[in-house]
Amino acid sequence: MQRIDIFPTHEYQGLKLRSGRPYPFGATTIGNAVNFSVYSRYATDCTLVLFHNREEKPFIEIPFFKEFRLGNVFSMMVFDLDYENIEYGFRMDGPFNPEEGHRFDKSKILLDPYAKLIVGRDVWGQQPNWDSIYPYRARVVFSDFDWENDVPMETPINDLIIYEMHVRNFTCGAASGVKHKGTFAGISEKIPYLKELGVNCVELMPIHEFDEFENHRISPVDGRELFNLWGYSNVGFFAPKAAYASSGRFGMQVDELKTLVKRLHANGIEVILDVVFNHTAEGNENGPYISYRGIDNKTYYMLTPEGYYFNFSGCGNTLNCNNPNVRDMIVESLRYWVSDYHIDGFRFDLAAILGRDQNGNPMSNPPLLESLAHDPILGKTKLIAEAWDAGGLYQVGSFPSWGRWAEWNGKFRDSVRRFIKGDTQVLGDVKERIIGSPDLYASQGRGIKASVNFVTAHDGFTLMDLVSYNSKHNEANGEDNRDGENNNNSWNCGCEGPTDAPDINTLRHQQVKNAITLLMVSQGTPMVLSGDEMGNSQFGNNNAYCQDNEVAWLDWNDLQKNADIFRYFKQMIQFRRQHKVLRYEEHLSHTDYLGLGYPDFSWHGVKAWQPWAGHNNLTLAFMLNGRYANSDDQGAPEGPDDFIYVAMNMHWEMHGFEPPQLPQGMAWHIFANTGMPSPEDIFEPGTEPVIENQQLVLVGPRSIIILIGRVTS
Amino acid sequence: MKIESYQLGERLDSFNYQEVQDALLAILEKGCNAVLDMTACNYVSSTGLRVLLYAKKMAASKGLNFYLVGFSDEVKDIMDVTGFDSFFESFSTMEECLNTLR
Repeated sequence: MQRIDIFPTHEYQGLKLRSGRPYPFGATTIGNAVNFSVYSRYATDCTLVLFHNREEKPFIEIPFFKEFRLGNVFSMMVFDLDYENIEYGFRMDGPFNPEEGHRFDKSKILLDPYAKLIVGRDVWGQQPNWDSIYPYRARVVFSDFDWENDVPMETPINDLIIYEMHVRNFTCGAASGVKHKGTFAGISEKIPYLKELGVNCVELMPIHEFDEFENHRISPVDGRELFNLWGYSNVGFFAPKAAYASSGRFGMQVDELKTLVKRLHANGIEVILDVVFNHTAEGNENGPYISYRGIDNKTYYMLTPEGYYFNFSGCGNTLNCNNPNVRDMIVESLRYWVSDYHIDGFRFDLAAILGRDQNGNPMSNPPLLESLAHDPILGKTKLIAEAWDAGGLYQVGSFPSWGRWAEWNGKFRDSVRRFIKGDTQVLGDVKERIIGSPDLYASQGRGIKASVNFVTAHDGFTLMDLVSYNSKHNEANGEDNRDGENNNNSWNCGCEGPTDAPDINTLRHQQVKNAITLLMVSQGTPMVLSGDEMGNSQFGNNNAYCQDNEVAWLDWNDLQKNADIFRYFKQMIQFRRQHKVLRYEEHLSHTDYLGLGYPDFSWHGVKAWQPWAGHNNLTLAFMLNGRYANSDDQGAPEGPDDFIYVAMNMHWEMHGFEPPQLPQGMAWHIFANTGMPSPEDIFEPGTEPVIENQQLVLVGPRSIIILIGRVTS
Repeated sequence: MKIESYQLGERLDSFNYQEVQDALLAILEKGCNAVLDMTACNYVSSTGLRVLLYAKKMAASKGLNFYLVGFSDEVKDIMDVTGFDSFFESFSTMEECLNTLR
């Protein structure tokens, strides 16, 4: 049966038209027509501008006739377009009156805010034609990818080990060994590596279309070209970055990214996207017209009463997230990434902004965050907030959650860093972090699953730099070392930067291992920064957002150079995956509520059951009772878990620790000792040897020991 | 096994996809397995990739097979990064294809 509403009713300069469907917004195919629909509350007129691929001049401009408008939506169907060879944009007419918030300019050709395929900047770093009347161009997308049986994976968040990575940094390095460097396809080639490492989730730094030439300049220090490498500056919320696809020059980035997701899923690895809904690439009053500013400035941006742009993002403008129409766009975008790309979760950059009202004031129940928490399509999607913004709002522990939102736990990073470097004022705080930060997340039904723990992330030092530099060294960014975080809680172990001193290098490796150990044995979802597993250095640069070169790119030679670190990470990750007792969803009771002989969790000092017994606030031990956790599908063996005992000595002197007595028939086995040289530092999970002295273990200076209590074989 | 092949020119894109698709469907309609000889082809567009998968699925719905022959490096690369390669059985030459299938 054929539809009867797919026949043209109008003709304009030889093209056949019909009144369109207002919904969905954007360009969609209906039979042999393309339906174009765009919303603008304040525009008075709109024109559809069509180009043949890559041609500078449009071949036709079609006005939206009066009968093609409904409410504040312009929509029309255009028939018989060869839509693989069409690029489209809009001209909007309306008032130009910045004091009132309006900046319409019909001389500009504007990108569709709902564009799902954006071309024009297809090869990374290639200078565009700066005089182009329409540099970012929307195309009509094929949305018929064959996913076969794939669906989002829905792994419980507390079972994830997240690997935060950047598409270019991961494989651009000369030694990466991949064919398609710096692309989605390049990540595909490295899937065996990710599997060997053992992570089960990758978090991709922004992959929406952005402008790498934003703030492009030459470093006055070393003469290198500086780009917007990280991409926290959206051009489009629905389209992948073309230059991140090896097939971007053919406009195939959509298929390439979907293929990457499908292949990662097939290998048990989830995909989280880092999304930036707090501002756009259009900057402030002096920025370019790309889309939103010209489509409906007053709708899309938070404006001061005088019509200037609020700057809560630190990037020139602030998206008007709690305007109902912008809120709809954000929800639509996220739904699209989940339904069309099978994305498993999102990390929201500067998410505190999403809770500000249209005047910039923080709200107690922000409608956008509530909508996302209750959205049916996002119902099992991970929602992770970076719970602060550049306007001074800091909401770690208080981000509105409805039991759905997790947070980047910035306090975990700060406390653990301080503890590892030997700060004697942080023990009480570290204890909260180890048990899933109940001080932050025990209320509102949030639980351990609200805490995403990390020691390092893209912002700040890499792990190797954290133990190699006391201060940031960002001179090459060309801002006189003013940019980047000053308060790093880092310690260089005795010498600033690289050194040949063997004792310092040994200590640095040990400190790296202490950090990953604390991350992996703490309750809460761990996130590892890509490259830390091979001791990657950014040479002291703690803000490498513009360093599209060896500073930020992983040096894959480090895998050999720091083989002990990679091995340690791999075993530690495997250990976490094998022990359910490390991956609780809800907070622990610290009691033996099932009468199993030992509490689910207990603190100890250098003496068993005496947590107060310690040295300089730098020693601490805890025990997890494996009988409280059964195995699951993350690779843990059948039956109840083992006992796990962790003894931490961040003091600069050795101390003896007495582990608790185990039930009859069980003995302590040693899994890890960061104070030992490789390969004695860590054992393959399952092969841990019994220790001779069951009553006392010596823990060296700045070392952590992990014991496993199980039946002796 | 009845096999019939169709020889593709330099490209498979929105300009010739209809012609190629019609030719492949005609082969399948006859109850023959179809082989697309891509030896001369050096570019397949998004539309072209979809014609290949469409032919494959049409063949499967009729209990038949659809094979590809003679990828250039460029085409192989595009098929790989877009994931389309995983759907097809392919051969380097027509000769290899016919020897294997007969």
